[in-house]
Amino acid sequence: MSAASPLERSRGRSAWLFLAPMLLVLALVAAWPLGRTIWFSLTNATLVDLSSYDMIGLGNYLAYEDGRWYGIFTDPQWLRALWNTLVFAAVSVSLETVLGVMIALIVNANLPGRGLMRAAMLVPWAIPTVVSAKIWAWMLNDQFGIVNAMLFGAGLVEGPIAWLGGSDLAMASIIAVDVWKTTPFVALLVLAALQTLPREIYEAARVDGIHPVRVFFQVTLPLIKPALAVAVIFRLLDAMRMFDLVYVMTGSNEETMTLSVFARQALVSFQDVGYGSAASSGLFLIIALVTVIYIMALKPLGEGRQS
Amino acid sequence: MFGAWRRLALAIGLPLALAGSGPAAAQGANISIACGALGMELTLCREAAQRWARQTGNRVSIVNTPNSSSDRFSLFVQLLSSQSADIDVLQIDVVWSGMLASHLADLEGDLGPRVDAMFPALARNNRVKDKLVAVPWFIDAGVLFYRKDLLAKYGFEPPQTWDELTRIAAAIQNAEREAGNDRMWGYVFQGKAYEGLTCNVLEWVSSYGGGTFLSTDREITAQNPQARAALSRAASWIGTITPQGVLNYDEEASRGVFQTGNAVFMRNWPYAWALAQGEDSPVRDKVGVIALPHGPEGESAAALGGWQLAVSRYSRHREEAIDLVRYLTSAQVQKERAIRGAYNPTLTALYEDEEVIEANPFFATLYPSFENAVPRPARQAGARYNQVSDAIWRASYGVLKGDRTPRSALERLTDELDRIAYRARWR
Repeated sequence: MSAASPLERSRGRSAWLFLAPMLLVLALVAAWPLGRTIWFSLTNATLVDLSSYDMIGLGNYLAYEDGRWYGIFTDPQWLRALWNTLVFAAVSVSLETVLGVMIALIVNANLPGRGLMRAAMLVPWAIPTVVSAKIWAWMLNDQFGIVNAMLFGAGLVEGPIAWLGGSDLAMASIIAVDVWKTTPFVALLVLAALQTLPREIYEAARVDGIHPVRVFFQVTLPLIKPALAVAVIFRLLDAMRMFDLVYVMTGSNEETMTLSVFARQALVSFQDVGYGSAASSGLFLIIALVTVIYIMALKPLGEGRQS
Repeated sequence: MFGAWRRLALAIGLPLALAGSGPAAAQGANISIACGALGMELTLCREAAQRWARQTGNRVSIVNTPNSSSDRFSLFVQLLSSQSADIDVLQIDVVWSGMLASHLADLEGDLGPRVDAMFPALARNNRVKDKLVAVPWFIDAGVLFYRKDLLAKYGFEPPQTWDELTRIAAAIQNAEREAGNDRMWGYVFQGKAYEGLTCNVLEWVSSYGGGTFLSTDREITAQNPQARAALSRAASWIGTITPQGVLNYDEEASRGVFQTGNAVFMRNWPYAWALAQGEDSPVRDKVGVIALPHGPEGESAAALGGWQLAVSRYSRHREEAIDLVRYLTSAQVQKERAIRGAYNPTLTALYEDEEVIEANPFFATLYPSFENAVPRPARQAGARYNQVSDAIWRASYGVLKGDRTPRSALERLTDELDRIAYRARWR
């Protein structure tokens, strides 16, 4: 490639000019808070007096003193929150992906009332999370919740079930509500991909007499994979920083606490800005790590398509 | 139901209505106060604050706060740490003094002498680093409610120890169930994983002689035989004399069970008395109140609770705000609140006032409970109290639920307190 021509240089300049406002906004709303959080995570600042604090290096993350380890990476509660977050993300995103594809296939078919179904499908996604979380929390209440009343009425249970009380049930309930809420999002993205697929391939498959299940795995799935990959990464990032649903439905309960809920508790309830910032930065690191792994795993797929 | 809606409408309309009222609406300072969220508490506060406004030519507005005290704490922390002047006078829990101290004005010069006439434990609690951060408004202490009629029916005396309570509760519960009252339970308390559980646990452990988890010189004392015995005793109640559901009971849920006549004993704060004696209460005139039982070797211990008034350091009208606190904590207002709402006064002299005792006969008998109430380890934990309390209730919740033995729960509690101590640089 030869040296850039004057035209190219001027185009480069105007590109930067157009990008500048966006970069400035990004620096203000993303880079500055992130940098500040990381900075605070290296201090022992508290809300008692935010103007005076000491730098303690990586003490909030990991420290060894008097024969034992301290810091979030050795804090059983933080590790429990990490485990909860990973379980929540893995299970909810898997379920949402499978169900989302199935629903998209159904509403993509030529059924009567298809338009109405597509609209109705989006209702859970359209309700603000805090509102639907509160509704579900009431529906799942062990004393006066409608879910228990219905199960009891149908003779399926003998006594009230504390859906949000016990540990396994509470996490399962939260995952169920998240699946209910965000499956439409996956379905919508997959549906959009399905609509762009050429009809000829399917006609050819039908002429060749190939079983529909095989058509799905050999034709449909590879073609919608890029769209599906985008949907999954959106959902994964969302699930890793899950806060609202958990906080509204079970509060700061240790058994369902996610990393974001842990960070809020440390920052607000405990006024411990240093520790809370370390928890937030830890979450940031983990999300970055998960994203990198995910993109690496997808890479062969993208290359395969280009060749 | 209608009454509740009216109160709600009132609460929403209040700040507006108040801002426009008062004879001197054009002059004087506008003092905003956050006190109570609903019901009698809000009514009493509003009326008294309005009276002060009329007398002094200032204005007051009542700030609506969440009813849940942990939500209220979060709100105050956010407002105060951003140095907001939105709230001048705050009603704070006894355990918040240390956590909010740096944001509160020093009241020593103005109200120090008055605080000296109050319960010494409360006065001590509010002097943080030689600064008087709040003035106690009403005191609370855990007490034992019991069904006079049932104890008399089966020939029992009110229990002195937890073992007696367990025995009596089981006997009456079984007898009543055999008589066809199958929803009867022996003992209800606050077992939900929240601050209320910390109070209950402190009472058990302390009355067994097991200390307060964190000694006054910040020594971690959680792991000891008495604490283990106390927790084992409490865990043995679940499913036998106490319903499983207690693991989700706060004060109101346990009162619901007791007041509908379905429990022999209840641990609660004194406010439940006025409600149990209400006209539509099924247990009216059947309820007695005594000090909480104790362990084999300890003494009865009631968790010290209560609320107090503080002035924000960022208030633009500090003089007027302090004057409002002076008025609200005066003997006159405290007496009115005691008679109308059963709010226990913090001025000890009021416990000899005939009208106060007539309205709340148990005030006199329980005076020693208030005087000897055990403070939660808030003073030693200071700004870290919420963390300490969270660790205490999580550990005990695990024991009540049957997930952990007292020994392993206290081991984990010791470990967590150790982590808090490390972060707070207590050592």
